[in-house]
Amino acid sequence: MTFLEFIFYVLATIASISALMMISVKNPVKAALWLVLSFIATAGVWLTAQAEFLGLVLILVYVGALMVLFLFVVMMLDINVSQIKEKFASYLPIGILTSIAVFIILYMVVGPGHFGLEKYLPPEPFSAGYSNTEALAIPLYTEHAYAFILAAVLLLVGIVAAITLTLRRQSTTMVLYQDIDKQVKTNAKDRFKMVKMDAVVEHDIPKVEEDK
Amino acid sequence: MNFVIPSFAPAMPEIVLLVLTSLLLIADTIWSKRFQFATYYAAQVILIVTAVLIFMSFSSEEVITFNGSFIHDSFADVMKLFILLITFAVFLFSREYLLQKQFYKGEYFTLGLFSILGMFVMVSAYNLITMFIGLEIMSLSLYAMIAMRKDNQAALEAAMKYFILGALATGMMLYGFSMIYGATGSVQFDTISGVIASGKVDSTVLSFGLVFVVIGLAFKLGAAPFHMWVPDVYQGAPSSITLFLGTAPKIAAFAMMYRILVDALQGLSGEWQSLLIMLAVLSLIVGAVVAIVQDNLKRMLAYSGIGHVGFILLGVIAANPDGYSSAMFYTIVYAITGVAGFGMIVALAKIGNGFDKIADFKGMNARNPWLALMFLFVMFSMAGIPPFIGFYAKIVVLEEVINAGFVWLAVFAVIMSVISTYYYLMVVKAMYFDAPEDSSKVEPMSNQLNIVVSIVAISLLVLGLMPSSLIDLAYNSL
Repeated sequence: MTFLEFIFYVLATIASISALMMISVKNPVKAALWLVLSFIATAGVWLTAQAEFLGLVLILVYVGALMVLFLFVVMMLDINVSQIKEKFASYLPIGILTSIAVFIILYMVVGPGHFGLEKYLPPEPFSAGYSNTEALAIPLYTEHAYAFILAAVLLLVGIVAAITLTLRRQSTTMVLYQDIDKQVKTNAKDRFKMVKMDAVVEHDIPKVEEDK
Repeated sequence: MNFVIPSFAPAMPEIVLLVLTSLLLIADTIWSKRFQFATYYAAQVILIVTAVLIFMSFSSEEVITFNGSFIHDSFADVMKLFILLITFAVFLFSREYLLQKQFYKGEYFTLGLFSILGMFVMVSAYNLITMFIGLEIMSLSLYAMIAMRKDNQAALEAAMKYFILGALATGMMLYGFSMIYGATGSVQFDTISGVIASGKVDSTVLSFGLVFVVIGLAFKLGAAPFHMWVPDVYQGAPSSITLFLGTAPKIAAFAMMYRILVDALQGLSGEWQSLLIMLAVLSLIVGAVVAIVQDNLKRMLAYSGIGHVGFILLGVIAANPDGYSSAMFYTIVYAITGVAGFGMIVALAKIGNGFDKIADFKGMNARNPWLALMFLFVMFSMAGIPPFIGFYAKIVVLEEVINAGFVWLAVFAVIMSVISTYYYLMVVKAMYFDAPEDSSKVEPMSNQLNIVVSIVAISLLVLGLMPSSLIDLAYNSL
């Protein structure tokens, strides 16, 4: 076993175990943290496969942004854990049976029998000047530009959907809103107005003679 | 590196649709306060503009562009035109329904347009990536549209169900895609079919991927045994969205099935035939038997839709161009009939009463004889009683199935079709022979809806009297 293989097996074991923990721990916050560990280990596996850019993006985007956001959401929601886990035990036997069956089928199809080294030779290691980012970026912006633009449309639809479903306008008697148009259109004159007027002279207060 | 800028012209309708929809999205925020219906009218104009563009670029020539991710052929054009036509009708029905149920929003129409863009991408997709993205654009918009009625618990539940099961189906399909990519080394449909034809391919991995892809397709089409979401979502969603959900996406899903199974995996037709036979038989049973016990009309139509999907699958099972054409014809007919059926429910919806129970239609003949007659047309067409168009749809599919040598399947389909006639006729019986619970006159929400429902329902009869034009269209475009 080479050193690289050793690293691969260590990372793959961490990834599998943490994925298993993620679905079996009771506390959703812990589950999210296990998922983070699984992502990091997977990113390591990708690094060993010379996909540096993807590995880094996985950590930056999924761990850095997505999972942190998700953790916030999970922490803010008041989830009754015991209620969710109630049915877990009753589904467990059939769940285990199904997963074993699926695992066997998967192993038979994606295992060494069909994707082994006899069928596919190990990839050639890249030369020193090879840029992973460039190799991804060039097809993305040329060959797959159509799909790339559509992915942007998909994100736009996501934004529109999220805003439509969450934006609630309440009557102005309950909530005060900014009128951005008005705010932008103001100029100095509207904010500060000079008024010409005569000086107001305070009348002398007549001295009241105190009785002596 | 040399890169040639691909030809944009074949995708002109999509480009224009995307640009106009994005403009509408911005415009809506400005004018929605002043002119309530501006977005609605603009959305309809966008549909017409896109349809005109498709008409102008209509050609039977096959053009592939964007480095093999987009195909423009007559099949795509015909499907897109029907999607536009149906959406035009759906928007017509939606406006007044939304106003009445008090969730009228401009976003309904922009999301609707985006979902049409997704359908267009699916219809014209020529590689697995664009197919997947198109499917997601369509589905994401639909999820949001269902959930739009925030005060309605049933709608939210329907949206959640649709979202979660839809995500599951998408995951299955993607897994299948990855297997196909792993076996053939390509995502492009013509390369995939070329590699399969060359025989230098791991057939186990390929069939494994095929199973997942077919499961995903069955989910999206709503074929049994992956139909669980259909009745719940159709019933829970606001009627105007059920109308949309039950019609246009079916056309897109059929196009997706055609592109993947025929354009890419024609070489595996033996394998997918046997899978589709299972799906079709189960769908026909569920569509015929389970629908009988429903008392909610939307739910009943959902089950009947599962049965119709069974018929669409029958046409594909024939696995020859004529069979696909018959399935395409059936899909179009089903979509038009669906517009009439769900449209009637939308048109009659009253505040506080969805008018979606079969009991609501009791004594319809006494309350509004014209609409009762129109609904009779719809029910007869769905049941496949001549001279309505539904009859020709069924007969064309059955003919192709028999020609392909599946006589037992055709006999089975006829038996199931006879069983399903029972519940269609139950509705007719309720309308004509049951005493009305309340004898006040029933009027649709507006005169306009009355006219549209009548036009669609009468078109079922007119198309049935001269079905050859539509049949020829389906046979010539494939």
